[in-house]
Amino acid sequence: METIKLTIDKKVIEVPKGTTIYKAAKQLGIDIPVLCYMELKDLNIENKPAGCRICVVEVEGRRNLAPSCSTDCTEGMVVKTHTMRVINARRTILELILSDHPKDCLTCAKSGHCELQDMAIKLGVRHIPGQEFAEMSTYRMDTSPSIIRDLDKCIMCRRCEMMCNDVQTVGALNAFNRGFNAAVAPAFEQDLDKSPCTYCGQCVAVCPTGALTEVDHTPAVIRALSDPTKTVIVQTAPAVRVALGEEFGMKPGTIVTGKMVNALRQIGFHHVFDTDFAADLTIMEEGTELLDRLTRHLGGDKTVKLPILTSCCPAWVNFFEHNFSDMLDVPSTAKSPQQMFGAIAKTYFADMMKIKREDLVVVSVMPCLAKKYEAQRDEFKVNGNPDVDFSISTRELAHLIKEFNINLADLEDEDFDRPMGESTGAAVIFGATGGVIEAATRTAYEIQTGKKLEKIDFKALRGMEGIRSATVDFNGLPINIGIAHGLANARQLLEEVRSGRANYHAIEVMACPGGCIGGGGQPLHHGDSSIIKARFEAIYREDAGKPIRKSHENPYIIKLYEDFLGKPMSEKAHHLLHTHYFDKGVKDIYI
Amino acid sequence: MAKYKSHLLICGGTGCMASESDTIAETLKAELAKHGLENEVQVIMTGCFGFCEKGPIVKVLPDNTFYTQVKTTDAAEIVAEHLVKGRKVSRLLYTDPTNKEHVSDSKHMGFYQKQIRIALRNCGVINPENIDEYIAREGYQALGQVLEMGAQAAIDELKKSGLRGRGGGGFPTGLKWEFASKNKADQKYVICNADEGDPGAFMDRSILEGDPHSVIEAMTINGFCIGATKGLVYIRAEYPLAIKRLVTALGQAREFGLLGKDILGSGFDFDIELRYGAGAFVCGEETALIQSMQGERGEPTVKPPFPAEKGYLDKPSNVNNVETYANVPVIFLKGHKWFSAIGTEKSKGTKVFALAGKINNVGLIEVPMGITLREIIYEIGGGIKDGKKFKAVQTGGPSGGCLTEKHLDTKIDYDSLLASGSMMGSGGMIVLDEDDCMVSIAKFYLEFTVEESCGKCSPCRIGNKRMHELLTRITDGNGTMEDLDRLRNLGEVIKDTSLCGLGQTSPNPVLSTLDNFYDEYVEHVKDHKCRAGHCKSLMQYVIDQEACVGCTACARVCPVNAISGERKKPHFIDTTICIKCGACMEKCKFSAINII
Repeated sequence: METIKLTIDKKVIEVPKGTTIYKAAKQLGIDIPVLCYMELKDLNIENKPAGCRICVVEVEGRRNLAPSCSTDCTEGMVVKTHTMRVINARRTILELILSDHPKDCLTCAKSGHCELQDMAIKLGVRHIPGQEFAEMSTYRMDTSPSIIRDLDKCIMCRRCEMMCNDVQTVGALNAFNRGFNAAVAPAFEQDLDKSPCTYCGQCVAVCPTGALTEVDHTPAVIRALSDPTKTVIVQTAPAVRVALGEEFGMKPGTIVTGKMVNALRQIGFHHVFDTDFAADLTIMEEGTELLDRLTRHLGGDKTVKLPILTSCCPAWVNFFEHNFSDMLDVPSTAKSPQQMFGAIAKTYFADMMKIKREDLVVVSVMPCLAKKYEAQRDEFKVNGNPDVDFSISTRELAHLIKEFNINLADLEDEDFDRPMGESTGAAVIFGATGGVIEAATRTAYEIQTGKKLEKIDFKALRGMEGIRSATVDFNGLPINIGIAHGLANARQLLEEVRSGRANYHAIEVMACPGGCIGGGGQPLHHGDSSIIKARFEAIYREDAGKPIRKSHENPYIIKLYEDFLGKPMSEKAHHLLHTHYFDKGVKDIYI
Repeated sequence: MAKYKSHLLICGGTGCMASESDTIAETLKAELAKHGLENEVQVIMTGCFGFCEKGPIVKVLPDNTFYTQVKTTDAAEIVAEHLVKGRKVSRLLYTDPTNKEHVSDSKHMGFYQKQIRIALRNCGVINPENIDEYIAREGYQALGQVLEMGAQAAIDELKKSGLRGRGGGGFPTGLKWEFASKNKADQKYVICNADEGDPGAFMDRSILEGDPHSVIEAMTINGFCIGATKGLVYIRAEYPLAIKRLVTALGQAREFGLLGKDILGSGFDFDIELRYGAGAFVCGEETALIQSMQGERGEPTVKPPFPAEKGYLDKPSNVNNVETYANVPVIFLKGHKWFSAIGTEKSKGTKVFALAGKINNVGLIEVPMGITLREIIYEIGGGIKDGKKFKAVQTGGPSGGCLTEKHLDTKIDYDSLLASGSMMGSGGMIVLDEDDCMVSIAKFYLEFTVEESCGKCSPCRIGNKRMHELLTRITDGNGTMEDLDRLRNLGEVIKDTSLCGLGQTSPNPVLSTLDNFYDEYVEHVKDHKCRAGHCKSLMQYVIDQEACVGCTACARVCPVNAISGERKKPHFIDTTICIKCGACMEKCKFSAINII
């Protein structure tokens, strides 16, 4: 490999050709401040529009200052990262950015997590010259079911745009207007809910400021908890337990399941349940559907569509409703675990506890922002009453715990309540890319072959590559499995399927890079992909530690079928646990 | 083919067309027919003559008579007098402002004497819609030569000529071509940047309207040299006439086998397509231009990679300005030695400027590099309008700077202009006189950049806006001395840190006026005075109590009732109410109202 020798702040370093000044400096322990730049290394995601210009440095022999994030090192280059010229430029630029940014930090949703705020602290800005007569660029607020856009706080870092267009190929966001009035918005400055937005929340996950935030459901949850006529139950998604600790200063990848259950009980939830229970249920339904389609397909039934696509991810559902509306009969009809939980809670559980549907409030804690939208979909309501009343993100739960003055770290571990708190290792891995299909494989294999799995771990299905495929031997029957995370990868896989180039029996798609562990509602990673990796590993540790690791062995699931549903894909199961999809393709709305 | 004894050349550029030169042409034809001269005298619509101040222009060949400010109603006289009777219509001839004498032949006019027309060689000479006329003027011969001499030899020739990019950057053209030729790729592109956006500049438009084939020929040469088979012209949609003539020319070139497959039997294929710009100034920056052509938001990208390495659709591309291209065929026809003999050591050839502002001869000029501003302003430009005092000249458009009296004898080329705090730019040149307020001028240009910044990088997006706010404070009389320091700091940081050429040069008008006219800034701030009398907020209308006779005319005309006083007694203006419209001053017959 060709290398380059250069000097940064009088230190000599040799780096591979193509290394930027920023990265070379980092290797020397010189942390050049960056604002718009962001890299998620393990996911191959990089944002470097070189727009903010905070990271400028002096390069000997160059006329102007160079943006270190996007300037490659050259042989013999002499770089200075903190000359007076650089310091003055950096401060002046930050003052300029701040001069066009609201100063309501005290009440801003991003306060304490804002990268602009951090930069102002780092550079010690105490005064913004000329603020008194500086005009601010203002825009109208846009509130969608999941995401709030407050463009007054947009600093044009373009991270959201990069996520939406390059990583997700959703294309809901792009820069509009010129100069001082430029900001990022859907086409024609439409509201987000009129755009092809999937609510995946990846824009929110990377926004350095309070320009993009989630719709806060915690006030509604507190209202419900303080209403004596309501029974309030909560379900927590698998990816939450491996990330929540980060909000309390714990190491990424710390598993806090028991402490989280304890905290939720202290907050006042009447029953603390687990979405994992519903994940096991999903496997029963989706796995059975897969086997049913497979058997009919192999039997020569041409009306059966393969591959089957997973449907747990609400952003993915939105994506194919928008982009693959000709293939609406391909995804599994199984509802997502959140919605299966809600449907069972408001029937089976409510009956069991003799609580009227309208007096039972179901709250979900999700790593996801699209879940907020999903919970509000009309098909998941009975007489206007939703199966899931409120969905809060991991970040919102952390706020709630802090507001309730609970010290998570010091809590004893507690167990989920029964019956809907029991789950298997198969359900836990729903939180990582490849997990759903592995869980389904564990169950489908045993049902199809009638044999016990010798090795429960399907390592071939795990990993961080954007598109993966593996063939699993179902006792002589090779089953081709595809996995994609990140919607650009999903699009690529689906286009291969649509054109007939790919031959899969089952495909798992998760909208967010890394799966739910990298969800839009998780604690902010601030561009550090090792955090996502740590959560990924924690998920599989949690699975390995579970006494039961196959969904069909969950005793409470077995009982649920015996007492209530009959068997997977029964009429009752179909009514409660399956759904249908809508064509949301762009028609003539812009013409 | 008909043989004519005389030709009437009429400017068919956008400017003269706006003064109905097309109707003049039609009327001339009708008049000629009346006299039965339709087969004797040919009427030809040409490109721009450059002397726009005096347009529409009609030139009579072979005697070279140059009629100025011709109207439709003059057509009959020109035909009857000049063409029938052989008597020049003297009232339509140019009058030399210095000796008030008529000058009949353009060769003897101050405006043309110092000019060397290379890029504009065919403008005002040939009919741009007729390829035969271009060919008759050695058109497409350079292409033939290049096809024979081979790509590398042609690039070497261009390098030796010393031609530098005329769009503003001044990068050596031959070198640029060489980079693109050396980068291997299955497809390369040649792009003509016709996104002329400087306010008041129309060099490129004139060339495309007056001599489109020279650009087509040069692009084809460029394609052959770097191994590109496809050319694109990025032209703004606001140039309908240029587009029309270019499309016509492209059709003719294809018909003649000068574009398309196997050009002149060389085996080389090349064709050109048009791409229309929506009028964003930043799209004149080559990376933004490429983004725009790809259907993306017109925003610059980081360089390197340069377009020669990774350009349009990520393929090696050469982006050259219209004027640069117009120079290319001539260099091959006359040789690099001829070309490099013109100009200065580091800037060869000529440069086209759009001369405007407070100057007698407004128009499009092409001058050799190394000419002085004094020669341009006083000889070609005919001096300052209305005998006023020269104050400054703004070169380089909104990204340029203001030069003053002390720069009048500087030999202008790329480097000397940069050294003086301005730049060549694409060739705008606006002359300012004593009535111009330099703070307001800086503000005017900055307003343009604030409007045209794409918003991608923060120094340009927010910094220019803040500088504009500071200048507004100063011209409103609210500025402080700290504001002047802030202006300078902001200007320097924006220059030093902006992403593209737009931001890197946008503070120039402010910085150069701060350098050269600091006193005027200080006057605005400390004395609340605008010596040019331009900044309204700093003016006060007062009535001279001695001179006022109390006629009440001013009080009656004042729209805000700011003037009071008894009949036949001196009146008084309440400056807290006065809106400084100037109506009173205009009305006063006794010169009793003054501005202080």
